[in-house]
Amino acid sequence: MESFLEVTDTVYLSLHQKDTILPDTKGKTLHKERETVGKPFVENPRMTCREVNVYYGEKRAINDVSIDIAHNEVIAMIGPSGCGKSTFLRCLNRMNDTVEGCRVTGDIRLDGMDIHDKSVDVVPLRARIGMVFQKPNPFPKSIFDNIAYGPKIHGLAQNKSELNEIVETSLHKAGLWNEVKDRLQQPGTGLSGGQQQRLCIARAIAVSPEVILMDEPCSALDPIATAKIEELIAELCEQYSIVIVTHSMQQAARVSQRTAYFHLGDLIEVGRTDRVFTNPSHQLTEDYITGRFG
Amino acid sequence: MDNPANKQTIDRVNKGLSRRYRAERRFRIFGASAILLALSFLVLLFSSIFSTGYKAFQQTFIQIDIFFDPAEFTRENLSTANFPGLIKSSLSVMFPEVTSRGDRKDLYYLISPGASFQLMDVLKENTALIGTTRKIWVPANDDVDMLYKGNIDRTRPESERRINDNQLTWLDKLSAEGRVKKRFNSSFFTSGDSREPELAGIWGATRGSFYTLLITLSLSFPMGVAAAVYLEEFAPKNRWTDIIEVNINNLAAVPSIVYGLLGLAVFINFFGIPRSTPLVGGLVLTMMTLPIIIIASRASLKSVPPSIREAALGIGASKMQMVAHHVLPLALPGMLTGTIIGMAHALGETAPLLMIGMVAFIVDVPHGITDAATVLPVQIFLWSDSPERAFMERTSAAIMVLLAFLFLMNAAAVFLRKRFEIKW
Repeated sequence: MESFLEVTDTVYLSLHQKDTILPDTKGKTLHKERETVGKPFVENPRMTCREVNVYYGEKRAINDVSIDIAHNEVIAMIGPSGCGKSTFLRCLNRMNDTVEGCRVTGDIRLDGMDIHDKSVDVVPLRARIGMVFQKPNPFPKSIFDNIAYGPKIHGLAQNKSELNEIVETSLHKAGLWNEVKDRLQQPGTGLSGGQQQRLCIARAIAVSPEVILMDEPCSALDPIATAKIEELIAELCEQYSIVIVTHSMQQAARVSQRTAYFHLGDLIEVGRTDRVFTNPSHQLTEDYITGRFG
Repeated sequence: MDNPANKQTIDRVNKGLSRRYRAERRFRIFGASAILLALSFLVLLFSSIFSTGYKAFQQTFIQIDIFFDPAEFTRENLSTANFPGLIKSSLSVMFPEVTSRGDRKDLYYLISPGASFQLMDVLKENTALIGTTRKIWVPANDDVDMLYKGNIDRTRPESERRINDNQLTWLDKLSAEGRVKKRFNSSFFTSGDSREPELAGIWGATRGSFYTLLITLSLSFPMGVAAAVYLEEFAPKNRWTDIIEVNINNLAAVPSIVYGLLGLAVFINFFGIPRSTPLVGGLVLTMMTLPIIIIASRASLKSVPPSIREAALGIGASKMQMVAHHVLPLALPGMLTGTIIGMAHALGETAPLLMIGMVAFIVDVPHGITDAATVLPVQIFLWSDSPERAFMERTSAAIMVLLAFLFLMNAAAVFLRKRFEIKW
């Protein structure tokens, strides 16, 4: 019995041994340890995450992840299913607070403000960090009300005309205005899947966030709707920082400037997207992007 | 198919095929016969209730000539004047041949004791009638009513009839003059309970049911919804909430009479709420309905897709806003359905109300939640216990009214569900 415990302990240690973050290494030797390689940090970041751990009950789902999110960039998070990329994404706007038994430790800052600080209210925080979900989830209300809801609860519009303006601008930004301008009072659930997802993006940007988190926004959409969303992401990154979780490496390559590769709760590699896909520094990254597993 | 092994497999499949189809046919027959049996019981129930009950909506009336003697009746003494005597004297005038004391008693018996109150009302409404002679239709006694509805057999020996030969002769004479008629029994819908079947009505019990359900609804719906929302959306999931959930399910299964005993001990004996009132009845039924509403409301909250909750939270809604703006509107149709089903349950409930005195014989129509009252099912119970033959059909008629209310409530539940259901 004792020897069994010893064995499991050592296995655990070797799997979760933490290493210092190494500088971006060039050359062909691939890293094999569970360490973050590449350039996780940037100058003048929008958000900083340091040694973030997420536990579901006793189980640790994210191990000491440290990464920065720059201004006006699209950063893609890729990795095999269950690697923790969505979990990590949901830490950024404290959506994990709503999950029973989920505990987040570590330091996450938005513009230098600790989002776990006692003085920080989660409601305005989520207004500053918007989120778009995997499945389009418009409210079962009219298109107008879907977008107007956020500004209304946050009191962003003083009167009806301001509200109309916010709704129109948001729909313009989401590239949906021309398609729905004649039926703003019809239910948002009556739109097609791709339109619904763009409606959800419009809903998120209606409260003027600084960061938009997208959790596999195209996984329920067909290629044409996906292409539209990707175009939209490219436009939106001029104003917002976008963190996108995706299963599609092609999508990550198309839309993002930087890519982060997660593996079983560890952040393995971060770097410029073209570099990560053409010249990965870590063995696991290379295995994943060349399709050896995933 | 060339392969012999393939052919063997197909043969085996074909062999078993007819057995499989037989099993399916057998199952269909079982199912259909179960439904048929259930339907036939339903038809039996309805036909037995309707066949006796419909007669109660008619009542036999007798027309008598009445002289409002100005010497007896003035504008001032209407409330104290001798109206029963007026009827007796009128009958004596109509049947001068009846002289003996016993015969006269039999004669007076033909008219309902409630007729004198009717005459009082007529005169109070129109005092100009004083000094005139009027032909007035007054309700016949319940035994006369039964005779004309065919429930008393004339051919049986006199001693086995509730209407004797003399009374039959007088009634035949009245009939021949066109003075006996069956009319719509409006008093059944407008009066309270009575010892005389021809005067007894369900209005008192209906009002009592209305006030009782009003209390039940106004207490159990907000409390039930609030409890369900708290348990489902706000409460942490731990051992305590598990215990609470199990106990709410247990409460829903507690026999209703136990709630009656609890209400007797707590509301009447401890808090001193007057017994027999819709207030205490409503409180008891609230306790009984609450678990049903909580369970139905939790189920409908659970069926709201979590993506809506995430969408609301993701945009920065507080938890309360998420619940009030998005989850509740989606869950409300289910909650309303559950509530109406619970209310229908409460409307049909008798046992707990027996414990808190709502089984009392109450003639007055209640005018508020603190007036002594009874409710429809208890009224049915009381009438079914009465020996008079005429109460039997009134029992069935009251059941028909109660069933009509229950159907209406269930239809309302279906309508609300269809009306407010949100399609995705």
